[in-house]
Amino acid sequence: MSAEHNDTPVAQPESFAFTAENLEKARYHIAKYPPGRQASAVLPLLDLAQRQHDNWLPRAAMDTVADILEMPRIRVYEVATFYSMFNLRPVGKYFLQLCTTTPCWLRGSDAVVETCKHKLGIDIGEITPDGKFSMMEVECLGACVNAPVIQVNDDFYEDLDAASTEALLDALANDRPPPMGPAVKRQNAAPISGRTTLLSDPTQRQPAGTAPAGDPNAA
Amino acid sequence: MLRDEDRIFTNLYGEHDWHLPGALARGDWDGTKEFILKGRDWIVEQVKSSGLRGRGGAGFPTGLKWSFMPKQSDRPTYLVVNADESEPGTCKDRDIIRFDPQKLIEGCLLASVGMGAGACYIYIRGEFYNEARHLQTAIEEAYAAGLVGKNACGSGYDFEIYLHRGAGAYICGEETALLESLEGRKGQPRLKPPFPAGVGLYGCPTTVNNVESIAVVGTILRRGAAWFAGIGRPKNEGTKVFCLSGHVNTPCNVEEAMGIPLRELIEKHGGGVRGGWDNLLGVIPGGSSVPVIPRSICDTVLMDFDALRDVKSGLGTAAVIVMDKSTDIIKAIARLAKFYKHESCGQCTPCREGTGWMWRVMERMVKGNATVGEIDMLLEVSFEIEGHTICALGDAAAWPIQGLIRHFRPEMEQRIKQYRDVAPRVAAE
Repeated sequence: MSAEHNDTPVAQPESFAFTAENLEKARYHIAKYPPGRQASAVLPLLDLAQRQHDNWLPRAAMDTVADILEMPRIRVYEVATFYSMFNLRPVGKYFLQLCTTTPCWLRGSDAVVETCKHKLGIDIGEITPDGKFSMMEVECLGACVNAPVIQVNDDFYEDLDAASTEALLDALANDRPPPMGPAVKRQNAAPISGRTTLLSDPTQRQPAGTAPAGDPNAA
Repeated sequence: MLRDEDRIFTNLYGEHDWHLPGALARGDWDGTKEFILKGRDWIVEQVKSSGLRGRGGAGFPTGLKWSFMPKQSDRPTYLVVNADESEPGTCKDRDIIRFDPQKLIEGCLLASVGMGAGACYIYIRGEFYNEARHLQTAIEEAYAAGLVGKNACGSGYDFEIYLHRGAGAYICGEETALLESLEGRKGQPRLKPPFPAGVGLYGCPTTVNNVESIAVVGTILRRGAAWFAGIGRPKNEGTKVFCLSGHVNTPCNVEEAMGIPLRELIEKHGGGVRGGWDNLLGVIPGGSSVPVIPRSICDTVLMDFDALRDVKSGLGTAAVIVMDKSTDIIKAIARLAKFYKHESCGQCTPCREGTGWMWRVMERMVKGNATVGEIDMLLEVSFEIEGHTICALGDAAAWPIQGLIRHFRPEMEQRIKQYRDVAPRVAAE
């Protein structure tokens, strides 16, 4: 059960309707599943609704999704409150998801979190008064060899420290999101000092039946 | 050390074109039609004799798993690929999906032929938005080239493949929770039996495999089962993508031979432990769920299923989390306890209540605000959770704590003693 309890009331919009474009996308998702199994599309449709609605999911959107998928509304509420990526209250324009699980913590996520708190003047779970930033602590984002990681909306910013976090926040404050990926000079998940493997041409194919080169267990 | 020519994931670092033309140049989709025409039994036989064991953590023989699928079925049958990579420390499937998506798609087709499945769903964790975009594009490219879809690769086999994004829940990496989620419900694991091979997605025969298990299949068939089986040790064959994180000088993903010594893996690819090998405190060798091993074991242990099982840990997802002597090991494990508390689906009482209880006790252990007897109580409670839940999340929550107590009990007692020495004075002031 991923959603944290937060009972403070949220101003809910009266109604929600998908745009024509999103309705088209919704139909595309529903068509992936066998007839009668349209409930399978509940995650994609809630995601679409959230994207259309400033990255948070009002009750009316859940009802709309329930109606489209012919699901009891309570089943959609159950789903929306179970999965951590559905925001049940407004989030900032830049929604910072700070990973603090052990692999990120070992690489200094505490400093990243402190930098965000200090610079933005908000705590985890809060939103800046201008609505530009909000922060959430998340569990492992799955980019552990590039720890520590912040996910900003959809994008991963990796290999951060206090200084690069500050630079990231400055860039976002100016609405100039930097390219996602490692903040250090590094080829994705390769060692920062350069590759230790994959140094040869990958288009050289190995014929079938060739034995492994050498004894792989010999050091 | 494994040679480059024996590496399967030749674009692991994403420096080459991940689109279809680049993948074709690296040898993907070569001879796929012929493999399909050799038939279902041939594919399963090849995968069986390659020795491939599931790369998602449990290490179940992949070919054997496929052979559980019914030979004849009047219902649809499904392959579901588990791309819900969320085990702390693990980020290998992410790079396969980002940079070698065609290997995965080709593997999906071959595996589906092997188990008689007509459709495949790839369930990718929701946070991997950009990774999902790559994979979706790759799927569209494969459709446009006639590699999948009706008459896939011109083989006469009809095969549909779909991408499904999750929405943030570690538990959906458990195969039956994944199926629940895919059907549009909360990700709460199902009781087994019935197993998915009999009653899976939509009540139909289904096999759930990890991304890496599927993505290696094309290369195994091309190079031959004997090639794959010739790497590593008996029953622990093949290559494996390892994720080196934590206190190494150069964290990275790297594909190596199964059974590589842990020390060699860390020193050759991770640039060594920060501060040198003597500065090593311990390693979590297979993702957060497996017990930590101390330096003394790290000196000699080999990185495969059986070697790590023999030292009461596990290969898991081969996510190697390295901790040097500056680490507060109690805090490191307490953070994992918090993770499991957060990710418990709430269905089974021992896990729902136990993960929270263990986390709270662990938080006190970090401070030392506990009694030595509570260490035994913590251990005892962990055994009450382990094996008493529908799925393995309860076990996964218990093992890190058991590993901590097994190897670092003196540190825990020392912390308690320290706290006792300080606490009376603080109280008196």
